[in-house]
Amino acid sequence: MKKLRDGLPLLPFLAVVVIFLIIPTVTVIGSAFFDDGQFSLARIQALFSSTALAALWKSVLLSGSTALIGAVLGAVLAWLIVSSPPTSMVRRAVISLCSVLAQFGGVALAFAFLATVGLNGVLTLWVQQVFGWNLAGSGWLYSLTGLILVYTYFQIPLMVIVFVPALEGLRDQWREAAVSLGASTWSYWREVAVPLLTPAFLGSALLLFANAFAAYATAAALVSQGSPIVPLLIRSALTSEVVLGQSGFAYALALEMIVVVAAVMVAYNALVRRTARWLR
Amino acid sequence: MNKSLLAVSAASALVFASLIGCAPPQKDNSGGESANGVKISEAKSAADVGGMDALVAAAKKEGELNVIALPPDWANYGAIIKAFGDKYGIKVNSAQPDAASQDEINAANQQKGKSSAPDVFDLGQSVALANTATFAPYKVATFDDIPQAFKDPSGTWVNDYGGYMSIGFDTSKVPPVTNVNDLLKPEYKGKVALNGDPTQAGAAFSGVLMVALSQGGSADDIAPGVEFFRKLKEAGNFLPVDPTPATIESGQTPVVIDWNYLNAATTAKLPSWQVLVPNNGVVAGYYYQAVNKDAPHPAAARLWQEFLYSDEGQNLFAAGGVRPVRADQMLQAGTMDKAVVSKIPVIDGPVTVPSPDQTSKATKYLSENWAKAIG
Repeated sequence: MKKLRDGLPLLPFLAVVVIFLIIPTVTVIGSAFFDDGQFSLARIQALFSSTALAALWKSVLLSGSTALIGAVLGAVLAWLIVSSPPTSMVRRAVISLCSVLAQFGGVALAFAFLATVGLNGVLTLWVQQVFGWNLAGSGWLYSLTGLILVYTYFQIPLMVIVFVPALEGLRDQWREAAVSLGASTWSYWREVAVPLLTPAFLGSALLLFANAFAAYATAAALVSQGSPIVPLLIRSALTSEVVLGQSGFAYALALEMIVVVAAVMVAYNALVRRTARWLR
Repeated sequence: MNKSLLAVSAASALVFASLIGCAPPQKDNSGGESANGVKISEAKSAADVGGMDALVAAAKKEGELNVIALPPDWANYGAIIKAFGDKYGIKVNSAQPDAASQDEINAANQQKGKSSAPDVFDLGQSVALANTATFAPYKVATFDDIPQAFKDPSGTWVNDYGGYMSIGFDTSKVPPVTNVNDLLKPEYKGKVALNGDPTQAGAAFSGVLMVALSQGGSADDIAPGVEFFRKLKEAGNFLPVDPTPATIESGQTPVVIDWNYLNAATTAKLPSWQVLVPNNGVVAGYYYQAVNKDAPHPAAARLWQEFLYSDEGQNLFAAGGVRPVRADQMLQAGTMDKAVVSKIPVIDGPVTVPSPDQTSKATKYLSENWAKAIG
């Protein structure tokens, strides 16, 4: 009875989870396998068409490369931040900035890039005028290359936010202990800090991967040709006025995304659990 | 229509369709009965309502009309909406002007029974023909003037206007385009844009078909068109940007493959913008007009049809550079405004209008090969 009462405040949250997570997920899974109430694997089979496979590959490539770039650069930035004293103005400013920029995705971000290095971007025009180079080329910003650059822009700050706590968890005593036992700075990093941080680093990288994999609005605002990645292929399947009746395919693609993100999140959880042992 | 590339995630829209409910429920969906006992929502002509005057009175009583996916600079819809509103004192609510044809049907399904549901549709061919069950048949007063090929015999849908696929180009930025093959020249590097993705947008689909025809393809064989765009991409000439009036005016998209009426609308704002309908690849496309069978304002919806197909409505379409469906008959009868006659493009030689079968075959090929060609 007491347990029940303690759980009451959680009810609104539960309702939200059911409505916005459980029901859509069940709908997606159901609709991917059932066509008019008839069990069918046709929709799943469509995932193995060359178009769908190419989109999946490019999605993985985009998410993987931006996760890697974001994780490495973000970790370096996080390390620089942590090296300054906690009261430092710069440190507080950079952390706040990162919290904002990590959420600065979507149409606004796409527009910012278009306005800067797009075909008629401020920087493009200026460089053209001063140096005579064409920064925008033949529209690389509107392709996978452009997406990698733009995604990296929100991946690095996100990495900083999730990785700073791990770095802060490295206790000074460990370093002192290592040094008093005769370790050099290099061997301290190699044998103590890096092994401790590896699970956190990989976990954060996986989080970045999932973040990029599911991003939609940024890509939708930038790319209008060819639906290179899975979220855009889903859009195409749902809104196409040329090829109709593809909503089943869209459900199957959504299921594919759920599977990929679920696998990534399971791995992430395992890694976080390993880190948590040390950072308690 | 092709206007949807920034459309909000339709995925969530579908999933949460049942949760959206933002408009108040409709009080009376039947639209009442007319003098002679026919429900207005089932009236198949103005006569069923008791004549044109009765229809106007009923529409005025409803007071509002919901239209969807009608951009003001598309086929002169801005002026048409204003003229209709002024003439009958009916408030026209224009929702999602940049939405795609499929979005119109989705909105009708999701908002069924609500006062915000669309009353009328203006659809591309494939979406229209796949959804005839959601249309209410209605014959306008001028129904008999409309050529057989452009209407359903019972009035379920009627073509309202059409146009030809064209290449628009800014003569202040690029040398004049004289045929499709010119586009491969180095002068057009990074300059050629297509209005949308041909696996999604009807206009872009017709654009690829136009190119295919010029490369020896046909409505049955769109492959040469895709091959041409592959070469265009390889040469660095293809610009993967969705052209809009803004990108054209700012010079980002100096060459745009699009409907001639959309390119013509640009000329009005940008005098150096010229339009070419390549004579070896004339593709025509007509839009489909229909009444939503669950229209919340059934009388206004029907009055809108009467207005669009009246001389006044057809002249307004023509002023937007499109070819109104009654153009031939009106030119003959001399009821077309002198000022707009010159705006209707004149085409010599064969005109290709793909049949639904040819379209579905071509789109299948496109969905398998387009992304590879330009990826």
